[in-house]
Amino acid sequence: MARYVLRRLGLAVITLFILSIVVFTVSAVLPGSVGRAILGPFADKRSVDQLNNELGVNGPLVNRYFRWVSHAVRGDFGNSYKYKSPVMDFVSKALTSSLKLALLTLVIVVPLGVIGGTIAALRQGKALDRIITITGLSLAVTPEFVIGIVLILVFPVKLGWLPSGGSPKGAVLDQLKTMLLPALTLTAILFGYLSRMARAGAIEALNSDYTRTATLKGLPRHVVLRRHVMRNSLLPTIAVIASQMSYLLGGLLVTETLFNFRGLGLLVADAARGKDIPMLMGAVFIVGALAMTMSLLADLLIAWLNPRVRLGAKQ
Amino acid sequence: MSTPALEFNDLQLAYMVRGQAREVLRGVSFAVQPGETYGLVGESGCGKSTAAYTAVRYLPTNARILGGDVHLAGRDILSLDKKELQNLRANDVSIVYQDPGQALNPTIKVGLQLMEAYQLLGQSKHDALTNSREILRKVQIADPESVLGRYPHQLSGGMQQRVVIAMALACNPQLIILDEPTTGLDATVEAEVLDLIRGLRDEFGTSVLFISHNLGAIRAMCDRVGVLYAGKLVEEGRAQDVFDNPQHPYTVGLLRCLPRHGSRKSAQRLETIPGFQPLLGAPLPACVFVDRCPLATEKCRSVAPEWTQLGGRKVRCHHVDRVHELVSSALPEGTPSTVDRSSTPMLVLDGVSKTFHQGGQAIKAVRDVSLELFAGETLGLVGESGSGKTTLAHTVLGIHAPDQANTITFDGKNLKPGTRKRPADQVRGIQIIFQNPDSALNRRHSVRRIIGRSLRRLAQLPHSEVDGALQEITASVRLTERHLDMRPSQLSGGLKQRVAIARAFAGHPRIVVCDEPTSSLDVSVQAAILNLLGDLQHDRDTSYLFISHDLRVVRYLSDRIAVLYLGRIMELGPAERVFDGPHHPYTEALLSAAPSVDGDTRERIRLDGEIPSAVNQPSGCVFHTRCPRRLEGDLCSTVEPPLTPTPDGGVIRCHIPFDQLGGQPVALRS
Repeated sequence: MARYVLRRLGLAVITLFILSIVVFTVSAVLPGSVGRAILGPFADKRSVDQLNNELGVNGPLVNRYFRWVSHAVRGDFGNSYKYKSPVMDFVSKALTSSLKLALLTLVIVVPLGVIGGTIAALRQGKALDRIITITGLSLAVTPEFVIGIVLILVFPVKLGWLPSGGSPKGAVLDQLKTMLLPALTLTAILFGYLSRMARAGAIEALNSDYTRTATLKGLPRHVVLRRHVMRNSLLPTIAVIASQMSYLLGGLLVTETLFNFRGLGLLVADAARGKDIPMLMGAVFIVGALAMTMSLLADLLIAWLNPRVRLGAKQ
Repeated sequence: MSTPALEFNDLQLAYMVRGQAREVLRGVSFAVQPGETYGLVGESGCGKSTAAYTAVRYLPTNARILGGDVHLAGRDILSLDKKELQNLRANDVSIVYQDPGQALNPTIKVGLQLMEAYQLLGQSKHDALTNSREILRKVQIADPESVLGRYPHQLSGGMQQRVVIAMALACNPQLIILDEPTTGLDATVEAEVLDLIRGLRDEFGTSVLFISHNLGAIRAMCDRVGVLYAGKLVEEGRAQDVFDNPQHPYTVGLLRCLPRHGSRKSAQRLETIPGFQPLLGAPLPACVFVDRCPLATEKCRSVAPEWTQLGGRKVRCHHVDRVHELVSSALPEGTPSTVDRSSTPMLVLDGVSKTFHQGGQAIKAVRDVSLELFAGETLGLVGESGSGKTTLAHTVLGIHAPDQANTITFDGKNLKPGTRKRPADQVRGIQIIFQNPDSALNRRHSVRRIIGRSLRRLAQLPHSEVDGALQEITASVRLTERHLDMRPSQLSGGLKQRVAIARAFAGHPRIVVCDEPTSSLDVSVQAAILNLLGDLQHDRDTSYLFISHDLRVVRYLSDRIAVLYLGRIMELGPAERVFDGPHHPYTEALLSAAPSVDGDTRERIRLDGEIPSAVNQPSGCVFHTRCPRRLEGDLCSTVEPPLTPTPDGGVIRCHIPFDQLGGQPVALRS
């Protein structure tokens, strides 16, 4: 296991390094002078050059890269061009909001998906199975803006129960109210994937010889399900949750824009629109690093749950 | 008489397929008496496993009981409610099936899984642990404490099956059902597991229902046997009587399909049972076996035979008085072997080694193997799993590259490592037949396309000639025109293997590697495939590298045999000598482990422990850690014996002089 963790960590560091290069390169090759973009078309060339110098966007690429990295590792992504204050402040605020939203989504979708999938597996081929599977699939292929708009039309507009958007502020209950609709939108998208994985995992475990052994041992059904079936069927499900975490964090764009939710997605979108390069680099880098951390944690969790990986399988 | 442990009364069971009932068991009656071991034999599809799972009422949802009843320990199991059934399973009956690696939950420690069985009986955690330790000792696990703390994947196959058996014994059941408990285990391990089951049965007085396709194992284990054919019992009696003096034409045929009495391809063809077992649910003639029976008359088609009692045994046949006609019919002639040993060998291996590197460890799978294979010759490769026989065959095929280049010569030319680097004639010249034709054939292609593609790619025939060649090769593997447009899934196991054989032979190979080609097949089908392989070899002068764990099969087809252990040749010589002795102590042990259908009178030679890991190989002679004939002193543990030539042109790797090695034909003799 130690070996596996070390190898996985080493891989993570390399990925992070590649990510930093990609983010930096992309921003460096973006067309147009940064100084010109900030000062506008009527500024004279001298002040543009001076600003470029001050911003440090002139020197050789390699030097600029190392300067950026050495600051970045200390949590300093420079100042936003637009707001003239540290990028990190914006990113960390957006990150907190996005994480809250992601957490709420997971709290809703994981039990729903796992239970739904397992029930479908137990009723394989019956009506309930069909209903769960078809609902999940239909939701998964519907674009999030359609689901989001429907939700907005129903709850805030028609019924007036929940706010139609905004960022989480104030009391916990208020925050939850604000986040509920975006979280439900994301849940709708993820439920299909998750329940399908949980269903497939449960069917495999149900048909396995060890489940037969457990049943024929005379164990009560609920013990068989809890101890022998669920334990094994959750492994692939966790892998899917992990891979969907990156989606949750990085692909929040549409949902956040729709609900005007100030998270990472909206931040990236705004920064890109406003050519706010430091902001864009910082936000993208943090999103990437976070997604990677999540998949790292998921891999380690899977390994830890699976003794064959944890203890090293015999060849 | 006391209540039987298990009793089937005229049980009729069907599976519902697309709304139609397909009968699997067509009125099966038998009883397992207390303390008795009852064996059910029959080919796949005869319903023997369905019978086993009916006894514990663990049936797929589409199973329907159409009539009859099943009593276990005096209770009608078909009328029990959920709770009672659960109690019955927890207390009165246990079942052990094949592939113990799958039967244990991979994510839970062995100890917890074992304790579960005791806790179910209401025992405290502490008692359950004590009892688990005790039961592991009973199944001869030397270090129960460490096994309890391990996960299933950390145990070998034999150990896993011991754990499963321990779990089955936990509730001290009245009946244990063993469904192919040793299939997939090595012969040496199988022998140990069978010994263990026998010992435990005698100690606990448990009744056993034993199901196996391995007739030798049934003979070794059972008091009485029932022969099941197409869901009906056709013969029942004491194991000894049924095997030594079968009275139903089907039993007679089944037993004569086996290569026995040291039979060889050069002496006689194997007998087969013509035709096929009726499909599930097919409407049956009056006598279920009539379509394949050489004794059948009009009466067999109109009147279903009832049991004919023959003093302690019974047979379902109208013509019991004529069965001797079958027994005395002469076996057909075999094909004499025509190996010319003075010619240039087809294949020469000169010090071939293969080392795998994994996780910083060197796994020495094959060590310094030298051998020759002549045109038209079969070389049998024998050894336990982990002995390197498959790796060796794969190296010849070019799937693995040997450690040193230029150690393999094929038809006088150096054989390049890796199929991609080989010229077309070398690739075509060495082909393989796999164990499992299901996964070897593309299920989306028709038989015509599968064989045709090989003809175009391997034989490089132009389109115009493919059809003719296809007819010819199909005929030579005894497939008919009708089969050509079918897909593999529409064919039976034996027919699929014929397609695989046709594919391998399409490019007129000089050498065919046969990797357990018959081990997934029923005995009657196996006989037909072995005959076919013998014929093809004779007609085309093809050489075989033949791998099988069934020593009788190896003996039947092989001219010479190489015995491998930890990647080394321990012995190589003519098949008769290797089997009849003098032979290497390892060969001797291997031979004595295989249970014989003809009854065992000899003492089995026990090997201590399991085959050592290929990473940390023992010093000196690699076999010394398990050798029953290890010499006094430390010669065997320090010096690796060289391969010594034997008078018959073979070699043996042992410090004991040739004339003092085991001269007894330990097994497969009778």
